[in-house]
Amino acid sequence: MKIEILGGRVIDPACDADAVANVYVAAGRIAAIGDAPAGWSASRTIDARGLVVCPGLVDLAARLREPGFEHKATLESELDAACAGGVTSLACPPDTDPPLDEPGLVEMLTHRARLQNRVRVHPVGALTQRLEGAEITEMNELAEAGCVAFSQADRPVTDTQVLLRAMQYAATFGFAVWLRAQDAWLGRGGVAHEGEIATRLGLAGVPAIAESIALSTLIALARETGVRLHVCRISAAESVALIRDAKRSGLAITCDVAIHHVHLCDIDIGWFDPLARFAPPLRGTRDRDALRQGLRDGTIDAIASDHTPVDDDAKQLPFAESEAGATALELLLPLTLKWATEAGIALPQALARITSRAGDVLGVANAGRIVAGAPGDLCIFDPQAHWRVERSALKSQGKNTPFLGLEMPAKVRWTLVGGQAVYEA
Amino acid sequence: MRNPQLDAQGGLTHLLTLEGLPAAVITQILDTAVPFVSIGEREVKKVPLLRGKAVFNLFFENSTRTRTTFEIAAKRLSADVINLNIGASSTSKGETVLDTIDNLTAMDADIFVVRHSESGAPHLIAAHLNATGRRHVHVVNAGDGRHQHPTQGLLDLFTIRHYKRDFRNLSVAIVGDVLHSRVARSLIQGLATVGTPDIRVVAPKTLVPAEVGSLGVRVFNDMRAGIGGCDVVVMLRLQSERMRGALLPSVGEYFKHYGLTPEKLALAKPDAIVMHPGPMNRGVEIDSAVADGDRSVILPQVTFGIAVRMAVMSIIAGSQGSRA
Repeated sequence: MKIEILGGRVIDPACDADAVANVYVAAGRIAAIGDAPAGWSASRTIDARGLVVCPGLVDLAARLREPGFEHKATLESELDAACAGGVTSLACPPDTDPPLDEPGLVEMLTHRARLQNRVRVHPVGALTQRLEGAEITEMNELAEAGCVAFSQADRPVTDTQVLLRAMQYAATFGFAVWLRAQDAWLGRGGVAHEGEIATRLGLAGVPAIAESIALSTLIALARETGVRLHVCRISAAESVALIRDAKRSGLAITCDVAIHHVHLCDIDIGWFDPLARFAPPLRGTRDRDALRQGLRDGTIDAIASDHTPVDDDAKQLPFAESEAGATALELLLPLTLKWATEAGIALPQALARITSRAGDVLGVANAGRIVAGAPGDLCIFDPQAHWRVERSALKSQGKNTPFLGLEMPAKVRWTLVGGQAVYEA
Repeated sequence: MRNPQLDAQGGLTHLLTLEGLPAAVITQILDTAVPFVSIGEREVKKVPLLRGKAVFNLFFENSTRTRTTFEIAAKRLSADVINLNIGASSTSKGETVLDTIDNLTAMDADIFVVRHSESGAPHLIAAHLNATGRRHVHVVNAGDGRHQHPTQGLLDLFTIRHYKRDFRNLSVAIVGDVLHSRVARSLIQGLATVGTPDIRVVAPKTLVPAEVGSLGVRVFNDMRAGIGGCDVVVMLRLQSERMRGALLPSVGEYFKHYGLTPEKLALAKPDAIVMHPGPMNRGVEIDSAVADGDRSVILPQVTFGIAVRMAVMSIIAGSQGSRA
């Protein structure tokens, strides 16, 4: 299949390229940008005039719910959602049931994903067995099975000796560890940001220092062990400052923020809206401002969807009992562009957070790039179109998002993975 | 989202929280309760305001006392009362809260009196009823987690108004476990709404919620300073399980610093009243000499509680007339 994409605004965020050009895709790869290769004849032409042609999105955290939670979502439904959202590579956290702590489970997942032949699914292996934070996993075996990094998902390692050893072992083989910063004790039982709103609503709080204390520990251990540390889903202003200082001191760490935390804060809990329940919790307006500043100045490398499809039965419960998280694969692009517009960020810089910079964290060559020779993973969207988030409009099996009913910018028209159109609208 | 406890005309259709309730609505409830107090003194303790209505006491968390006062209040209004201890039935069989509600509405419930261990559960139920076109069914929050206990807050306001006449010159000290107290949250917001100028919270730092000052209170860690010159001292119940964590070291040390004794009460105004939502822990938060003393209005609170709950149920169930 040879596809030519004509007249689109081609953006390659990695090199800040932004110009109207033609893109030629053949044999699964980008054959040329600009002039057609010699002897070119397309089997398909996409008219991209007025559209943006950018690298397929790279999402650092999307729960596909398999294995174990097929009643919440399946690989089929969530890869549909990814395609519709322009996401062509995604990393899935190990908090499945059972967790991704054995090569067999990872092989099954990657095999099932490959049969789907759509989105590139990169499992993140469990750092410790059963995610219990006690014994480390067979990281080499897991990496051979396809794991791109090792993580605890939302379950912190409480024993700092285990954490040190796990980082040392990962560093031995050059594996990256992706960890959330969460003190297991300070946030115990908490369901909302500790502050005015949680006090008013009588909700148990998770203080911001539960994140910054744990983050200080992670940074110190990364410095000590030399492991490649990626900090996941920071939520508080103090964390942004800690990451900024660590980067300035020359430590090679990266971090991401969940898209919800860029837009929402604890006030959005309103009258106990379970759709506004997240882990980490939505924090105060000052924290949200600091996260936006961190994105602007590059302290925060990437924006993740933190996609978590949850069934209605697990959501429609009293706030503290409802399951945290939101479906977000289809909202990652619109919400990132919404942030860019509000913050006055140029399109290439905004897209970098969900393409090239995220691809760098993922560590997969050319993920999130448009260059000749790179895989033909593309997202083609209409930046002028608007759509309303409705349950029926979402391909994800999870309909749980606090953005239901809201107007979103940008509509994905085509998604290409490996030079094949996997989504058209 | 619109305040879920008000109907399209701004009338009270559910009672979920005192937060954001207009002062006029609070006054309406207190005024309505006044004549109900004397009904309890009559030989026939009944009025027909809720005749033919079904009140379901839905207690996901046990509380004999609160359930009983709601039951008496509903019966004095001539309603049919059905008591359900859900803690021991449905949810343990895997039924969700909203499934329970749907089943009971199918049995033609008019009012749900809901007690739940999680903050926000009554809001969830009210929002579900509103969203499914069952606005003729009303929810009264009988205590949710640490969030609110609005009828307790209203009966506290009723008691204060009964003895002090006016809120606009009062100093009210709320003493004890504010962190875990739904009674404190309701009372603080109720007092603020009716214009109380000086609301104080007195507790060790471990029992003061984060940024509680945003509710309009002054925080005192020293009890003598905190109740000094007060018109009203409200003592909160201290749950025994608070002693097991790192919040407090012992009953003895707590009582010494935060227990209300005659000697500490002497620092309040000479005519200060002492209140407690019950059940009391004598010798933990309050000395018997104070609890049984002439400044204590703890038992009148219980009596007023029935009248206030009658007022609430008659107002919400009457606010939209019949379901026709």
